[in-house]
Amino acid sequence: VKVLLRNPRRELDVPGPIRVHSLLEKLDINRESVLVIRGDTLVTGDALLEDSDSVEVRPVISGGAQ
Amino acid sequence: VKCRRCKAPAVFEMRRHNAAFCADCFLRHCRDQVAKAIEQFDMIRPGERVLVAVSGGKDSLGLWDLLTDMGYEADGLYLGLGIGEYSDASRDCTVRFAEERGLKLVEVDIPTEFGFDIPTAAQVTRRVPCSACGLSKRHLFNKAAVDGGYDVVATGHNLDDEAAVLFGNVLRWQTEYLGRQLPVLPGVHGFARKVKPLVRLGERDLAAYCVLRGIDYQLDECPNAVGNRHLGFKEALNAVEDRSPGTKHAFYFEFLDKASDRFRPEAEAEQEGLRPCAGCAEPTVAELCAFCALVARVAP
Repeated sequence: VKVLLRNPRRELDVPGPIRVHSLLEKLDINRESVLVIRGDTLVTGDALLEDSDSVEVRPVISGGAQ
Repeated sequence: VKCRRCKAPAVFEMRRHNAAFCADCFLRHCRDQVAKAIEQFDMIRPGERVLVAVSGGKDSLGLWDLLTDMGYEADGLYLGLGIGEYSDASRDCTVRFAEERGLKLVEVDIPTEFGFDIPTAAQVTRRVPCSACGLSKRHLFNKAAVDGGYDVVATGHNLDDEAAVLFGNVLRWQTEYLGRQLPVLPGVHGFARKVKPLVRLGERDLAAYCVLRGIDYQLDECPNAVGNRHLGFKEALNAVEDRSPGTKHAFYFEFLDKASDRFRPEAEAEQEGLRPCAGCAEPTVAELCAFCALVARVAP
């Protein structure tokens, strides 16, 4: 599975098949702080990613002080 | 996982509601939550003109999209902060969004109109950039609303923002801030009403909304915000949320319901003694408001 990570932008290859929640655990990423995007839509934690899949793990936390 | 409403395959899980949604039902859920917040806190009344403060990020563009989609008369306001490539890319996202949808965008460029940028203001005042940025935004959002005859300024503060600010204020028991941390600040004393229609949605919800609506938003983090205290509070709350979904929602809404009133007298006491700023006439407790004082110091 090709995995695009951001801030800083980098790419990883992770062996598939693997479920989305296992991928995030493996990368030590809190699932509350990211979206996983495949193509132009989102995938849920139980989605199975194949070797040929490309996904983006997009952080969602932003903001300065108010 | 199946959609809670229509049983189609889900694309998004919301652990705090113990629910999952397909794309269409999730977008509807977002509109329902915004409609509920607007009604619950009497944020926008029929026929009122709304000025949406837009930064090019997911929250503000998502909010502008939601409000116009729900039929509100909402124009955008973009502030140029002069934060290098980050500001350029943020403006590009905002202008493109407005043009594609035929929406009216008001622009105020701080370097052009006031002769300074946020990084310089931070250097001169020796405070964190978020401080000069926040006070400039608060002042200029209000000024643009009053000048443009808008009834309401809407900002993209979401549940995570509000919970993180509350967390920070509680950790240091900043009671005067606790008294005015509300989803609506009424339009009094020369201030336009300020509303936060996204308080029932988390920032993960807003990011998902933008992806599913095809909104191209600024993905990079502000270089000045990296590592700031506010982001640390969000991370701490997300660690709790991961183990106990729904905590952020309960923390913020139970505060509004059970505790907010207790701090109101301190916030109201601060409002006493307001007089017009000698520079801009906006109400303030000092001779110059915080923004005019900043301009006098940074771009004399």
